[in-house]
Amino acid sequence: MIAIINTGCANINSVRFAFERLGVTPEVITEPAQLAHFDRAILPGVGHAKVAMERLINQGWNEAIDEFQKPLMGICLGMQLLCESTAEGNVTCLGKIPGSVSQLDIQGLTAPHMGWNNLTHCIEHPLTNNITSNDQVYFVHSFAHSVNTSTLAQGEYGQQFSAIVAKDNYAGMQFHPERSAKVGATLLQNFLNWQL
Amino acid sequence: MLSKRIIPCLDVKNGQVVKGVKFKGHEVVGGILELAKLYSDSGADELVFYEISASVEKRLLDVNWVENIARHIDIPFCVAGGIKSVADAAKVLEQGADKISINSPAIARPELIKELHDEFGKQCIVVGIDSFYDEASGEYLVYQLTGDPNASSRTRYKTQEWVKKVQELGAGEIVLNCMNQDGVRKGYDNDQLSQIRAICDVPLIASGGAGTMQDFADVFTHSQVDGALAASVFHKNIININELKQFLSSQNIASRLCN
Repeated sequence: MIAIINTGCANINSVRFAFERLGVTPEVITEPAQLAHFDRAILPGVGHAKVAMERLINQGWNEAIDEFQKPLMGICLGMQLLCESTAEGNVTCLGKIPGSVSQLDIQGLTAPHMGWNNLTHCIEHPLTNNITSNDQVYFVHSFAHSVNTSTLAQGEYGQQFSAIVAKDNYAGMQFHPERSAKVGATLLQNFLNWQL
Repeated sequence: MLSKRIIPCLDVKNGQVVKGVKFKGHEVVGGILELAKLYSDSGADELVFYEISASVEKRLLDVNWVENIARHIDIPFCVAGGIKSVADAAKVLEQGADKISINSPAIARPELIKELHDEFGKQCIVVGIDSFYDEASGEYLVYQLTGDPNASSRTRYKTQEWVKKVQELGAGEIVLNCMNQDGVRKGYDNDQLSQIRAICDVPLIASGGAGTMQDFADVFTHSQVDGALAASVFHKNIININELKQFLSSQNIASRLCN
């Protein structure tokens, strides 16, 4: 049983439908107390980090996520919220993934980083199974996580950044696997198959 | 490397996809989901759906088909048609659309762009601009309500000033539809797009005029746009998206190759 955490500020439908296309029916949960009943969970996120982090704390999600021992993956802003801190609004985040998030140094390219870009430097891991460095995924973001020991795959747009991260039972994808065609479906299936 | 995006545009009217020439005389092309699946399976990078009669009829598009697209399509898609408030946009985004595009309602009330930006973030706010080249004055002028030839009219804006203004208000992407080229398949308006590129810091999508695969290559190399939108060449099977991607790749244009 997989849960999608709904804090009220993300597009839940597209993530839910992506799992349904894989034959899995996720449950959208709005109460932190529900989380412990699930085998794995997704933390989606779109919007401003400060607003999203305040909602997580005000609704009590930070403790539920902290106590959760099973695979939990953040998508896009959801991934950034799992890190230590972000420069977007200068907020302290959940601290489950080492490293901080800062504004992408785009070197004169158009902003935000929006569109299909390839993954680079893929490291072997259950989450990157059947994924190669030429595979393209769909990104939409202006802030990014620095490359460090938790990085499983990188992206490049003006600078190198973490595209996929994992630490203990927590993982994150900076792009939108739910909107990344067959490559995205493979990545979501990898998350479903991931055994700690 | 960021790929140049190929974006089929599906004009929706009465629940079906239609196509007209220079925005006039619409004919039915096919079902919404059927065409959306066909294009995404053949390698489209993104889809845009415009419910063309919504703005003209002063109503919000029918959100029922939006959820159906979100359910079955695994690439990003943008929806447009009569979105004139934060509440309208919320209804469309809740169904699973990745972006919303506004055009005439933004001309009527430019602050709408800022309101949408503040509520949903820059990344999902696309502004569509219908730009007409006026030969007499040599200027590019913004038109509105182009979904209906009887309602279509010139606005108070020149294209360049409107492009600057929508960025200041928080637009995350601009689709520039060059009306003189629309549906006639004689190539994109590369000169106009280059001029707009120079003043556009957000992603810029070319629209209007695609006829051959070389037209796509030309607009990417000449005008440095981020994506190219087209309708009739795909609807009429003149260009196969998968072949187009291979062609662009062979011209060293960054593309997402499928299969």
